[in-house]
Amino acid sequence: MNPVNYLYLSALLFTIGAAGVLIRRNAIVVFMCVELMLNACNLAFVVFSRMHGNLDGQIIAFFTMVVAAAEVVVGLAIIVSLFRSRHSASVDDASLMKL
Amino acid sequence: MQLAVSATQTSTGEAFQFWVLGTVAVIGALCTVLMKKAVHSALCLAGTMIILAVFYLANGAYFLGIVQVVVYTGAIMMLFLFVVMLVGVTAADSLKETIKGQRVWAAVCGIGFGVLLVAGIANANLKHFDGLKQANAGGNVEGLAALIFTKYVFAFEITGALLITSAIGAMVLTHRERTERAKTQRELSEQRVSDGKHLPPLPAPGVYARHNAVDIAGLLPDGTPSELTVNQTLRGRGQIRDVSSEALSDLKALEQRSTERLGREEEAAK
Repeated sequence: MNPVNYLYLSALLFTIGAAGVLIRRNAIVVFMCVELMLNACNLAFVVFSRMHGNLDGQIIAFFTMVVAAAEVVVGLAIIVSLFRSRHSASVDDASLMKL
Repeated sequence: MQLAVSATQTSTGEAFQFWVLGTVAVIGALCTVLMKKAVHSALCLAGTMIILAVFYLANGAYFLGIVQVVVYTGAIMMLFLFVVMLVGVTAADSLKETIKGQRVWAAVCGIGFGVLLVAGIANANLKHFDGLKQANAGGNVEGLAALIFTKYVFAFEITGALLITSAIGAMVLTHRERTERAKTQRELSEQRVSDGKHLPPLPAPGVYARHNAVDIAGLLPDGTPSELTVNQTLRGRGQIRDVSSEALSDLKALEQRSTERLGREEEAAK
């Protein structure tokens, strides 16, 4: 098997995550789909690191993980405060700024 | 695993692992998107992330594989589950489309995007894989540390600032200021009395020779059952058993029988 297959898997996972962001309306599930996309990117970085024979790709994947952790903390805090004020986690309900 | 990392063509074992776990990972990702309840989505996503950790290990990223398990499936997914529990496990998505044709167009866009990505990878010149044998020679963690603290040290420090900012941001977002003074114990008790609530402990449920269950209401002096004596939950469900009338009718039947017998005895005596 050629290691390129890992890249195809990563593209597939990224696509599924992107479609999930478009389809789902529960804010938590949308957020999980974003995490799935980040993970797919990480897999691609790791495979590219193997391809080029240096560790830079793994460093980038590591930074992605750290940024994802920070993003999850703030995002979930936003979802919790949104749920407190509206009693719903649906992204459709937060349409106060719509014309 | 060390051998497989260096080869352009992977070993049969790694190929087998890829096809089996890759299928499971894709199924997990699809379930994340398609499951109706957020808890199921979270669990499917955790499974996919663990499989990705195995793939990192197979690709020579030993440190990242462990970090993936500890940070992603350990910390981040637990945070997700906490929020799901906070928001309500039963809160399922409504399946009604608010924008007409949104699902169909989203699926079309997703498939189109996927085709573009796959075509891009297929056209790219990815023939040669160097492998990580040389880069991992001094140990994967040591190699990463050497890079982080030299070439990427600035990015590393910025990451620290980012983490502190996000921690403070989460605290600010979820913190709620108390708008009024907390009531003292004295004020609370005075309010209870002025509201006219039932202050002493509630009366006990009725106890009979035949029934001592909690769902039987105790009787008031005039013989009517008192609903206060029964547990609030049972009251709400309407599961109060009333045996007071039963006992009265039993008594009546007993009196009837005894008068009949007395009447017969009197007849016999005559």
